[in-house]
Amino acid sequence: MHELPITESILKVVLKHAEKNGVRQVNLIRMGVGMLSELEDEWLQNYFDYLSKGTVAEGAKLVIDRLPAKVRCNACSNTYEAQTAKIAELKCPECGEKAGTLISGREYTIKEMEVQ
Amino acid sequence: MDEVRLIEVKEEILGDNNKLAEELRQRLSREKTLLINLMSSPGSGKTSLLLRTVEGIKDRIRLGVIEADIDSVVDAEKVAAQGIPAIQLRTGGFCHLDAAMVQQGVDALTVADLDLIIIENVGNLVCPAEFDTGAHKNVMILSVPEGDDKPLKYPLMFSICDVLLVNKIDYLALSDFDMEALRRRVLALNPRITIFEVSCKTGEGIASWIAWLEDQCAITGA
Repeated sequence: MHELPITESILKVVLKHAEKNGVRQVNLIRMGVGMLSELEDEWLQNYFDYLSKGTVAEGAKLVIDRLPAKVRCNACSNTYEAQTAKIAELKCPECGEKAGTLISGREYTIKEMEVQ
Repeated sequence: MDEVRLIEVKEEILGDNNKLAEELRQRLSREKTLLINLMSSPGSGKTSLLLRTVEGIKDRIRLGVIEADIDSVVDAEKVAAQGIPAIQLRTGGFCHLDAAMVQQGVDALTVADLDLIIIENVGNLVCPAEFDTGAHKNVMILSVPEGDDKPLKYPLMFSICDVLLVNKIDYLALSDFDMEALRRRVLALNPRITIFEVSCKTGEGIASWIAWLEDQCAITGA
């Protein structure tokens, strides 16, 4: 739902790194986005195509790697991956404890860009 | 044709917002003003809760309000009618507030004269959860008619909040809302959350919420 402001931020970071590295054309942008973030890949690309017109990032493809939601068990400190659909009904596979602390799954990171 | 190469970026997309939010939080801490970000679905009772809070606290705590409802001044007028400084941000259809918008609101209030600022965020359980507003504490409302399954559908919102107010408990007798199931689901996601059961209509439970708010103001040094 908030793809537009996120896309503006993506473009800003991309153009900053493009300028710093003397880039003429950005071909691909690889991102890491947590499973708990509500982003529609298709809208992200649509907005990006629109916002990046006339910049070195015009035409760049966004590739999104989804990062799993990971939880640390509050009882035994075991770290495990939580299914997003069952995130509120957690159960540690080691000890069965139901309370856990979210340690990842909210990321929005630009990992790397393929450029010319 | 230039050779294709890879550039390692490793940068947070929301890095600018997070930085601005942290600066705002530190600035308000220095001013000894507590900033609370209040979030919920539309119609769950944000404005009613604000009005109850103003009523219960205004003799002891100097309070200001930042309203973010989409293109309307109705809520700010209701709050201002209580003699409380209220700023209406026109978010122009935005689904959330970010730190820059909140900073504008804060700048429009006279912070030195305030112990507490409450942000009434845009009514939505998805987007506001993603953006750090610079608030010291995140508070959400879930109302009984919305159902006890909401933590399953909006886990991020429930996981980032310090307080959950379950509002409209006067409707409990009319609904199949399972308070124990709700608590279990919320606490599994977020064991450090504090839950208050309230009714803004009858006033039940409001005193506990206000006591929590006053404790937080005391911690901030307000």
